[in-house]
Amino acid sequence: MRAVNPSLNTCRVKWNMSKSHPDLLHHFDDPEQQLDAAQSGMWLFLATEVMFFGGMFIGYTVYRDAYFEVFAHASNHLNVWLGSINTAVLICSSLSMALAVHSAQAGHRKQIIFFLLLTMLLGTVFLGIKFTEYYHKYEERLIPGLAFDFKQGNPGYAAIFFSFYFAMTGLHALHMTIGLGLLAFLVAKAARNRFSPVYYTPVEMIGLYWHFVDIVWIFLFPLLYLVGRHG
Amino acid sequence: MNLGFPLFPDQASTMAPRVDAVYFVLIGVSVFFATLISLAIIFFAFRYRRRSDLERPPEILGDLRLEILWTVIPLGFTLIMFAWGAILYFETYSPPPNALEIHVVAKQWMWKAQHPEGRSEIDELHVPLGRPIKLLLTSQDVIHDFFVPAFRIKTDVVPGRYMTVWFEASKAGAFRLFCAEYCGTLHSGMLGRVVVMAPREYQNWLSSGPVGNTVAAAGARLFQRLSCVACHGDKNTERGPSLAGLFGKHVRLHDGKVIVADENYIRESIVNPQAKIVAGYQSIMPTFKGLISEEGILQIIAYLKSIEPQEGMQVKQ
Amino acid sequence: MIDKAPDRRLHYLNVSYGVKSWLFTTDHKRIAWLYLLSVTFFFFIGGFFATLLRLELLTPQGDLVQAETYNKLFTMHGVMMVFFFLIPSIPAILGNFLIPMMIGARDLAFPRLNLASWYIYMIGGLLTIGAGVAGGVDTGWTFYTPYSSIYSNSHVALTVCGIFINGFSTILTGINFIVTIHKMRAPGMTWFRMPLFVWSHYATSIIFILGTPVVAIALALVALERVFRLGIFDPELGGDPVLFQHLFWFYSHPAVYIMILPGMGVVSELIPCFSRKRIFGYSFVAISSLAIAVLGFLVWGHHMFVSGQSIYAGMIFSLFSMLVAIPSAIKVFNWTATLYKGSISLDAPMLYALGFIGLFTIGGLTGIFLATLAVDVHVHDTYFIVAHFHYIMVGGAVMAYLGGIHFWWPKMTGRLYPEGWARLAAVTIFIGFHLTFFPQFVLGYLGMPRRYHAYPPEFQVLNVMSTAGASILAVGYLLPLIYLIWSLRYGAVAGMNPWKATGLEWQTPSPPPTDNFDETPIVTREPYDYARGEPQSEYVPGEVEHV
Repeated sequence: MRAVNPSLNTCRVKWNMSKSHPDLLHHFDDPEQQLDAAQSGMWLFLATEVMFFGGMFIGYTVYRDAYFEVFAHASNHLNVWLGSINTAVLICSSLSMALAVHSAQAGHRKQIIFFLLLTMLLGTVFLGIKFTEYYHKYEERLIPGLAFDFKQGNPGYAAIFFSFYFAMTGLHALHMTIGLGLLAFLVAKAARNRFSPVYYTPVEMIGLYWHFVDIVWIFLFPLLYLVGRHG
Repeated sequence: MNLGFPLFPDQASTMAPRVDAVYFVLIGVSVFFATLISLAIIFFAFRYRRRSDLERPPEILGDLRLEILWTVIPLGFTLIMFAWGAILYFETYSPPPNALEIHVVAKQWMWKAQHPEGRSEIDELHVPLGRPIKLLLTSQDVIHDFFVPAFRIKTDVVPGRYMTVWFEASKAGAFRLFCAEYCGTLHSGMLGRVVVMAPREYQNWLSSGPVGNTVAAAGARLFQRLSCVACHGDKNTERGPSLAGLFGKHVRLHDGKVIVADENYIRESIVNPQAKIVAGYQSIMPTFKGLISEEGILQIIAYLKSIEPQEGMQVKQ
Repeated sequence: MIDKAPDRRLHYLNVSYGVKSWLFTTDHKRIAWLYLLSVTFFFFIGGFFATLLRLELLTPQGDLVQAETYNKLFTMHGVMMVFFFLIPSIPAILGNFLIPMMIGARDLAFPRLNLASWYIYMIGGLLTIGAGVAGGVDTGWTFYTPYSSIYSNSHVALTVCGIFINGFSTILTGINFIVTIHKMRAPGMTWFRMPLFVWSHYATSIIFILGTPVVAIALALVALERVFRLGIFDPELGGDPVLFQHLFWFYSHPAVYIMILPGMGVVSELIPCFSRKRIFGYSFVAISSLAIAVLGFLVWGHHMFVSGQSIYAGMIFSLFSMLVAIPSAIKVFNWTATLYKGSISLDAPMLYALGFIGLFTIGGLTGIFLATLAVDVHVHDTYFIVAHFHYIMVGGAVMAYLGGIHFWWPKMTGRLYPEGWARLAAVTIFIGFHLTFFPQFVLGYLGMPRRYHAYPPEFQVLNVMSTAGASILAVGYLLPLIYLIWSLRYGAVAGMNPWKATGLEWQTPSPPPTDNFDETPIVTREPYDYARGEPQSEYVPGEVEHV
């Protein structure tokens, strides 16, 4: 019904208010158009998220270039093991998310719920490890503004490093938390059998969001944890 | 045309008429195009006004030649203005080497000026006529802006670093100094005067009034009092390099980078010594943040500019 | 136009009644009305602050309000006007109402997201007003550090929250517009058959989504710094206050193109209609919108020529700033050329459009002054800048906004506004505007800095002139408020196409039905195809002409 030959100006086309699918919204002509729009919208939203995190990446890079030594010392105070475990956890959660989308495509309700719950579990593990790390930093007095005490170099520059550390990982953790909420919403919908091979758009869209949050971490980890660790 | 109030600022520096020339050309071309468009609109609106609802205007889609014409001509004009403005801009921020250097420290909400010979002033800046003056400016708190309309110069004054701007006054008299970057409650009260005097009167002014040490001498005393000399003596020791003749030279840092020892480098070395470690030395210099004022740092810089290396000494390159 | 009794037809306004039907609507046309009411509200608040500013500036001394109050007034004026009036005005009202109709769709791609955008906008706006009521913020709408992050004693974090939240509103609107324009055009509506209004909103939406997140993070970092004493911009800790300026202006420069591109889109609709002619150089105007959006991201450093960035960076930004002026110049020439051999009628919307061209030309030309490095050193942070951006944003964007409101008023309401009063208002605004802002160019070159509560006495005469002009301008703005509301009840009933304009939105009744069209239109004609004969002006069910 779209992309009709424009030179045929005589035919009058009626709205195809096909009731063939209850999830077809009235302003779309067909489910393909609706899915297409949803995908485009989600990709555009992710582009805005890239710009959002990008601003902080730029700021961090400027200071890292200027104060590399202190940043390296400060970065060594981060726990590489916990960070690596978290990276693995997130990558696995992206796998389970992809499997959830695949299950939705195939229409296996129980599998959808299983993989969504697995993703949520892994996400929660990630957040748990993250907050453990935050607590360690609190104990070591490495939270700027909270009796900050750094002895291996200029404390001001180290404070800037940790400011970026908390701001960037904090923003990432916020996105993860929102993601967990979205996954819970999906579990609820899946439990009520709302997804089928014809309609599983929300699973795919939230899957995209989850993968994005994962990719942000893939950049954050080396940038923050692995400063000056080579050689 | 004397209306009782000014319509155009004084031209009191060598740069002023040059900036005004750019300004007038811009005005001329802008008036030309604005008039052209306005008259065209008025003329078309009148000449082609609708006399009957049955009118059928011709179908004109466009004209590539016109599009090219009115793309290329504005482009040419703007590129010329870019080049002209860029050249003047480069000059405004490239002080001549023989310029008289005066230090200015801005704080909420006043200007403090320090002449190298020793005299200091608040909210006023006395300068000699006909000689390049270079200002070295920093702020103690927020960003301010040093603006003298009559000289057509302006620079933000940023905490944590030095800015430079230079001018050569071409007219004697007193000219307004404004702070032109919003800096808090009394931003509009942060006014001052630049007083331009004939060179002989300026010398008289320098030696009258409360006179302290020259800035460099004050810096030498501070250098002793803060025990800088303990590590930075006449010769390089394992504690620290000699600083004689250092100013303006290239310095190799221990990570391989080479930088120029300018005012910003010296200031940073005093307040954040670990930022840049010279090759061959340890990071043992303590910070003097809180122990030295912005004026003090400027005095140390003046002192370092004044000391030459002794015979046979190698400046650490 | 025949003055007949309103018909009993169902349309988007009378299909349902009650507050809930409005507050939970997903109809893009109703959401446009929600925005119209709230945007007007914020405009008059910002205008009230401006009134106080100009009254204070009648005398050199600071005698009307205290210095701190004045600083809060100009900050809140800027914040209200930029974030809560100029950025949403045309896109959220006219864009929301018209884009689906102009491309032959039933609604935007994401109607519920559209409603969410409005709620987010309201929350941000009310939070910002709350910050004002709680005592206000005095940093200037530019929030420069370290004053905003460390030294100011005002409600910075709260205001920043309001602006941050509002940013999501514009981001979601941008996503909505881009997806709608890509995916929901009616059959035959190719890209180069779209009205230029749609092109300009497409370009604007690109800036919405790429720029807004960066200012969001810049402001968020300022708030974090204030609340948690982080130190990213604190020179005492080795931070760089100028980094904030880079992050801030990376968005806020493209933001000014957000504020003008939709207005240019309106003008591109008005000029052909009231000249009864195809627009001259359609594809040049369309591509110019995109060029402005792209180049607009490369010039932010021209706000920082004296801030301490390297002089070579300054030169690059100056060069690009010259380049970004060219597409705007191309548009001005094309609009003017459209008038040639046209059949011109000076209805109120046309007066606004022609006024826009004149005022925007002056404002844009003074932009060249500012892009020229040596001149900008002298006039940066003076009233020259204030005059420049008000010429573009008030003389340009607000006039285009009013022109668009008047033009599409019959479509939105089914009523005609009183033409005589409208023309009077347009002329009043034009004259009042010049009187207010032209003296400020002179003041700026003389050296009067901006954001000054008190000033040296030699600047007084020009300031008095400016305030006098502002009083005329205020009358000009109040007039439409009065007669547009009046017309809702007493205005003559408008037909389907009172202007006999081309465009799909004029081929459906006024006011339109909820789904915009009874049938999906099929597009076969080029845009602004006036030469093919007058578009149908009356609605006959079952016989909608396809355009």
